Amino acid sequence: MAARFAVGDRVAVRRAFPLGHVRTPYYARGAVGDVERICGDFGNPEELAFGRRDRPRQTLYRVRFAQTALWPDYAGPAGDTIDIELYEHWLEPATE
Amino acid sequence: MASHVHDQAHDHRPPPDEDGPLSYYETMEIAVREILIEKGVFGADDVRAAIEAMDARSPAKGAEVVARAWTDPAFKDALLVDGSAACASIGIELGPLRLIAVENTATVHNVIVCTLCSCYPRNLLGLPPDWYKAKAYRSRVVREPRAVLREFGTEVPDDVTVRVHDSTADMRYIVVPRQPAGTEGWEPERLAALVTRDCMIGVTVPKTP
Repeated sequence: MAARFAVGDRVAVRRAFPLGHVRTPYYARGAVGDVERICGDFGNPEELAFGRRDRPRQTLYRVRFAQTALWPDYAGPAGDTIDIELYEHWLEPATE
Repeated sequence: MASHVHDQAHDHRPPPDEDGPLSYYETMEIAVREILIEKGVFGADDVRAAIEAMDARSPAKGAEVVARAWTDPAFKDALLVDGSAACASIGIELGPLRLIAVENTATVHNVIVCTLCSCYPRNLLGLPPDWYKAKAYRSRVVREPRAVLREFGTEVPDDVTVRVHDSTADMRYIVVPRQPAGTEGWEPERLAALVTRDCMIGVTVPKTP
């Protein structure tokens, strides 16, 4: 399965709020970061949670966010970061 | 005096029974377990043995991996590229667990959390500590990591980047701490004794004895 994004790509997390077994933390939704690495293809937990094992696998990425991009009042050096694992269907090319 | 007060506190009362009503999922677990035993899928002793095996896991394997990384640069390079494959190469099979090792350096300090639940590399580190599963740690370490680290006695200078890793999906993490000064040339077994569970989560660093 071809990965849509490459290491170093700037991506935005979808600002969406679906119900179900979603592995995208709320604090990352809408945030912009950089692809740190591609982890491989995995079953989509939002489908697996309902026993749907035949759905397409998703490429999983690690995306690195500046702490200051997640928390505007972050009380630490500007270089501090959070890496978060995110599935491809949660990511869009960043427009900013 | 302190020990006198301490002794008085031991009144030999049994711990409180957890005899409140069962939660939905406790009831579900009991029901499913009883049906599986009734159908002969496994026995009650298999359930007990599985719990015993889970409880018996310790951080020793993780410490072995870190000590090996400190003493074998080629292993460390391989570990940072593919943690699971590197562990398999020294006889530590992690099964389906996909391991990412992150290295502390002079300029980077790493710390691990699972904000959504309590994902943790149990095969390498044993059972997670209660604080790792608590909402306080999970919500605060992504928001104010330096304050949380300070509460663990770990002061990270401002010229060192703090890198939080949120274990949200299919990967599991281990921090490879920096080898303490003065331990050069030590045998891996002796080094492994310095590598505690908390060092490999990233809330502290190994101390020179």
